[in-house]
Amino acid sequence: MITLSFEGGQPVEPSSIVLEMRHITKTFPGVVALDDVNLSVRADTVHAICGENGAGKSTLMRILSGVYPHGSYDGEIIFEDKAVAFNSIRQSEEAGIAIIHQELALIPELSVTENIFLGNEVTGRGGVIDWIEARSRAIDLLDRVGLNVDPDTAIKNLGVGQQQLIEIAKALSKNVRLLILDEPTSALNEDDSANLLNILRGLKAKGLTSIMISHKLNEIAAIADAITVIRDGKVVEDFPVTAGLVDEDRIIRDMVGRDLESRFPAHSPKIGDVFFEVRGWTVEHPLIPGKLICDRESFYVRRGEIVGFAGLIGAGRTELARSLFGRTLGTWLQGQILIDGKEVTLPDVKSAIDNGLAYCPEDRKVQGLNLLDDLKRTITSAGIARITRRGVIDLDTESSLAEKYRQMLRIRATSVDVGVNTLSGGNQQKVVLAKWMFTEPDLAILDEPTRGIDVGAKYEIYGLIDQLADEGKGVIMISSELPELLGVCDRIYTVFEGRITSMTNAADATQESLMRQMTDTADQATNQPGRLS
Amino acid sequence: MKAISQILGGNLRQYGMVFALVLLIVFFQWRTGGRMVTPTNMMNLLNGNAFILVLAIGMLFVIITGQIDLACGSVAACVGICVALSIKEGSAWWWVGMPVGAVVGLGVGVAAGKSVLRRHSDAKSRAIMAGVAVGLVVGAGVGLAVCMLVQAFGIPWWGGLIIGLGAGAIIGAWQGAWLAFIGVPGFITTLAGQMLFRGVYQWIGKAQSIGVPKQIQYIGGGYLPAWGPHTGLNNSTLLLGVTAIVVLTVMELRRRTKLARASMPVPPLWATISRLLLLVVVIGYLTYLFGSGPVTTSFPVTGLILVVLIIIYNFISNRTTLGRGVYAVGGNRIAAGLTGINTKKIYFLAMANMSLMAAVGAILYLGRARSTGPSDGTGWELDAIAAVFIGGAAVSGGVGTVFGCIVGGLVMATLNSGLYLMGVGDDMMDIIKGLVLLVAVGIDLYSKAQGKPSIIGTLQRGLQLRRKDISDTTQGVVETASEQAGTDEGSTLIALQGTHQR
Repeated sequence: MITLSFEGGQPVEPSSIVLEMRHITKTFPGVVALDDVNLSVRADTVHAICGENGAGKSTLMRILSGVYPHGSYDGEIIFEDKAVAFNSIRQSEEAGIAIIHQELALIPELSVTENIFLGNEVTGRGGVIDWIEARSRAIDLLDRVGLNVDPDTAIKNLGVGQQQLIEIAKALSKNVRLLILDEPTSALNEDDSANLLNILRGLKAKGLTSIMISHKLNEIAAIADAITVIRDGKVVEDFPVTAGLVDEDRIIRDMVGRDLESRFPAHSPKIGDVFFEVRGWTVEHPLIPGKLICDRESFYVRRGEIVGFAGLIGAGRTELARSLFGRTLGTWLQGQILIDGKEVTLPDVKSAIDNGLAYCPEDRKVQGLNLLDDLKRTITSAGIARITRRGVIDLDTESSLAEKYRQMLRIRATSVDVGVNTLSGGNQQKVVLAKWMFTEPDLAILDEPTRGIDVGAKYEIYGLIDQLADEGKGVIMISSELPELLGVCDRIYTVFEGRITSMTNAADATQESLMRQMTDTADQATNQPGRLS
Repeated sequence: MKAISQILGGNLRQYGMVFALVLLIVFFQWRTGGRMVTPTNMMNLLNGNAFILVLAIGMLFVIITGQIDLACGSVAACVGICVALSIKEGSAWWWVGMPVGAVVGLGVGVAAGKSVLRRHSDAKSRAIMAGVAVGLVVGAGVGLAVCMLVQAFGIPWWGGLIIGLGAGAIIGAWQGAWLAFIGVPGFITTLAGQMLFRGVYQWIGKAQSIGVPKQIQYIGGGYLPAWGPHTGLNNSTLLLGVTAIVVLTVMELRRRTKLARASMPVPPLWATISRLLLLVVVIGYLTYLFGSGPVTTSFPVTGLILVVLIIIYNFISNRTTLGRGVYAVGGNRIAAGLTGINTKKIYFLAMANMSLMAAVGAILYLGRARSTGPSDGTGWELDAIAAVFIGGAAVSGGVGTVFGCIVGGLVMATLNSGLYLMGVGDDMMDIIKGLVLLVAVGIDLYSKAQGKPSIIGTLQRGLQLRRKDISDTTQGVVETASEQAGTDEGSTLIALQGTHQR
């Protein structure tokens, strides 16, 4: 008979409060990430935490698991009726709390057994690893998570779903009584997700409490016993539910319920004809054959129009953008790009730039900037042909043009000779924008252009986007912030799992309607938007 | 501080090591009782280290891309033996006509194909076919002719040079292809190359010591001719010095007018004049130094070749899209790719160029040594790497200048020469050189970790801070902070991608 053991702590009475986080406040310099958050989790339940990206869910979980050490936040944590103060993940694990991050922390080359006991090895006398004992315990743990694999298999040979279960087995091996799962199904397909939820349900029946962060409302509805909604670092609502009988609309309202105010510059669009069109765009995942990251996506952009792409993180919006921009991600299978009605092929970045495309990547430090470079060379790097004759760069023209763009975008720097690494995040983002505006594109694809920058800088960037549109260019804006899309865009597509699920004029859309299209797992095939004909 | 910066040209960063070099020279001049800075010793220093400096130029570009070349010493040895042997054995090397023919054929074919394509853009495959056909015929003809000429008359000294440079380019292409197109890291590719080409060298050379003709000896160890009226200096050197001063002055003045025309800020007149004065003094002194040696000597030929290469590669690194590409790839390969830079091409060219430079270095060395020897090329790559890193390049790539790597090479050369003059033994010399390399790079990395641009950049730091607007600083702090909060959950997509890649 398989039971969870409780050697490490005191036995917990059913349905009593196992975890209480009281008045948790966490500030980063200048920003309040969590503001007086209270969270109570009852024993033997699955407690779901919902919220938009950046609402503070992960911060809360990092405090709970000791990633942010005690003392770096205000408030107290009571676990199993004892006040606890974790300074590291190790301490929280010893107390019986384990976190499984979205990014799995398994070593691909090591076996299942080795991974399960990594850092927590089964040792005999003198610290020597007892592999026989370890293996038999691994078999037992695999059984508990319903996984039928050879414990000697290397992790790299397992699917993502199986790896997720190994992570859970690893947590169970540490006598965990509270399991935190951060977006556990975001990388899984539907079968694996359903399987994972089943396993969680089974473990719950055997006395494992879990906290689950998820964007997928249907999954929350299927499994959660209680829901806490966090928005802007505050708890908006906290209510028990009966699994299977959850009002998804209520969660959506709670998640997005903030008003738009005057966070966006006034803009009256001057929309022209369709000039950029994509038909039946289908792209395969670069590493997983058969998995489509873009599935027959069709859309169009008109001159002077700002088109938003809404979707959850991982929905495939970045993949779409990068596969269009010189096929820099995934394997192109089929689909056409038409510019001014003429089909073009853009097999590499250079041809994409030459055909008037620009792509501002979502992660400016990893994908957008060479942090060793100075401002002027960064601004001119993508459109270097403008200042080059026969391979020779005109340095004086470069300086004066870069200075012109610096002033135009109001980049706060003493001169164009300073290094981009000396600039603040908002200014760096403007530099990336400047770099692509310098190429004088017809279509600018902006991937999360306001991520991680403050409200003031956001306002300026919205203004620049409006300016691009007013110059008759098309703009595609990918954003995970719905208010931003509603405030800036003229038309919005929603994307879910590599498919475009709806198209609405921004004026007709609400956050609730978009969120429904972004999260809905109902049959999408019938809801394919057509192009204007 | 600002004044110095304006005179020297804005960025003080690269001058710190120059300062160290000057200190070093002064130190040795004092310790050796004036034997350090003499015309003869300076000529020896230049002649004896020019090949390392040439290698360092090649190595610089490899290191800027974030790679390393461990093979260039072996490649140089290999090229050296090819040059010496092909000239000596002459007609036995008749087969070199065939690769020459192939290269010519390829060139003609591509050119012909391109010109047809330019006129008829619809005839793609046919144009290339036609071009290749034309190229084949022309190439075969040229190849055959070269074969016959070589068999009949042997290979002249300049033929040996062409063979050497060609061999360098081919070896470079080989290494570049493994790195760029197959993706074997440069470290592995060139570690293999180090063994491979050392072996080839021994296989071809069969442990012989082969002499080279006097023309090649002139390239590696010769002096410019003496002519004209008696000026007390070598007139060739004098001409060089005067030309350099005139050219630099004209360039400086033209730049001023150009800046004024483009209504850009023009540096103050006093700065330009001081700058020019400084140039005149430095070049004038060097002219005097190299011109006043023994009768048959002058500024060495190797020095001239080196100066030409420095000018060319400095231009490439600063003024061409190719140079920009090298820095971009080294600084952030992903961002460079998304900016439209062909990263594979950059890796290929950097690696190929390194072996070409190894070939040039081999020829300079061979000329000075007058014959091949068993230890040719041993450890050269390490000297070149040391020069580049002392010159301020970063191990992780993206940073480095031609000027810096030459200064770095000169620091090593000065150490060699000065310690030798002081009578320090080889053992001590190696210990000191090792420590200098370690300390120089160590200080550089330490100051970078402190958020300063580099060891040399620390000089500049006080200046920057004062200039910075206080409100701007505050703004920066707030934005960085909010960014940290934002990445909290914003990083989830990266995390997701990480999961996918498993």
